[in-house]
Amino acid sequence: MSNQTAMAQRGLMPITIQNITLTLNERMLIDDLSCIIKSDGISVIMGPNGAGKSLFMRCLHGLAKPDMGQILYADTPLDSLIRQQQSLVFQTPTILRRTVLANLLFVARQRGIDDPKISMDYLAQLQLDHLAQHPARLLSGGEKQRLALARALIINPAILFLDEATSNLDPASIETIETNLQSVSKQGMKLILVTHDVGQAKRLADDVLFLHHGKLAEHSPAKSFFQKPKSAAARAYLAGKLVL
Amino acid sequence: MPIYSESFAAAFGLLASSDRDLMEILALSINVSLASLVLSCVIGLPIGAFLAMRHFPMRDFLVGVFNALMGLPPVVVGLLVYLHLSRSGPFGWLGLLYTPQAMVIAQMILITPIIIALSCQVLEDLHEDYKDFFDSLVVPKRTALLAYIIDARYSLMTVILAGFGRAISEVGAVIIVGGNIDHLTRVMTTAIALETSKGELALALALGFILLAISLAVNFLVQWLKASARRRAYV
Repeated sequence: MSNQTAMAQRGLMPITIQNITLTLNERMLIDDLSCIIKSDGISVIMGPNGAGKSLFMRCLHGLAKPDMGQILYADTPLDSLIRQQQSLVFQTPTILRRTVLANLLFVARQRGIDDPKISMDYLAQLQLDHLAQHPARLLSGGEKQRLALARALIINPAILFLDEATSNLDPASIETIETNLQSVSKQGMKLILVTHDVGQAKRLADDVLFLHHGKLAEHSPAKSFFQKPKSAAARAYLAGKLVL
Repeated sequence: MPIYSESFAAAFGLLASSDRDLMEILALSINVSLASLVLSCVIGLPIGAFLAMRHFPMRDFLVGVFNALMGLPPVVVGLLVYLHLSRSGPFGWLGLLYTPQAMVIAQMILITPIIIALSCQVLEDLHEDYKDFFDSLVVPKRTALLAYIIDARYSLMTVILAGFGRAISEVGAVIIVGGNIDHLTRVMTTAIALETSKGELALALALGFILLAISLAVNFLVQWLKASARRRAYV
């Protein structure tokens, strides 16, 4: 069974975004955004600060509700059953006031995974097994983010969202996380990540969604996006010019 | 100042000899305070959690009311409970006036708002912290509530100890509804008031020392809990 078949069997892909609009405090933060996110690989959402990237991701995951338009997962509107097959790694991870292992066990138990050995395997995969009994809130920034990734992966989601999950991390932590992301992507997990890091996007992305002023300025395969961006905003962004 | 030294000596004598009257008063005080604390927690913690996790139109008003009720004057509570439990009151038929049960009710009314307001504050902070994560995981509300209680256990223990401190040191309400009857409703605070008014300072001082010791122990326990939780990054 191919990875894509596995994804299709979970009934979540592709994601069809139809004319979503979101206004907060009379500011239109997402403006009539439509696109289709394909079922495989790593989709990267890029754009300058305030472009609406994180909000768009929150809409995709159901943490924010668009005022208009709809998001369909294989023709089905987002509901809690679909959301249970997704994980989101936040930019600043929420760490439960427990040990590292207890953090992972809490998430695992939400999906009926009771065996602590499985949790330990995931900790080992993210090089955190030696800290299993350590209070999680005393971890370093990089360790916390790896713990957040382990928590996201242990439920084996069909779609993994990452909201600037590696910002402010040291290169070693970034490499550990990226290696894991590439590995799970190869196993068929759909990854959608928001990043400001052009280098990271080049290393990971299969396709890029570039947002500007809440609109989708461009949605292209990664190779063509980085070699020859179609939109003026993306060209300016990649050239290092500030785009507000 | 011979009266002080004599009284201190007599007080320590009572304590050292485990005076029967003293022990009886001490036991009743602790029993009444613990009973009212348990009832307050049973009522107050779920209400505090509900207010922390839910947003509804009157929510802020209710939180404000419970915050204000933390400063309830004990004598007013005593008077209201007295009116309700007296023979001509709506609950007079229960025959609870001047019993330890009446004292438990009065103390419970006094400390329940403390438990509600402080637990709401503790759980609301945690809810703000965990909300998006739990929402993302689609965690059921009951599981989330349990997680809040587990993760806020140190802070909630502090809240409960604060309630106990208020209960054990309260005099105004229990003297009105309990009547300070010897061997029946006499607790430490009412006994101190009575013995002082009689000029019998030894027993009053001995009870005062114990009350002070309990108060200090509760406060040290709160400090220790806080420090211990902070050390382990659990707050």
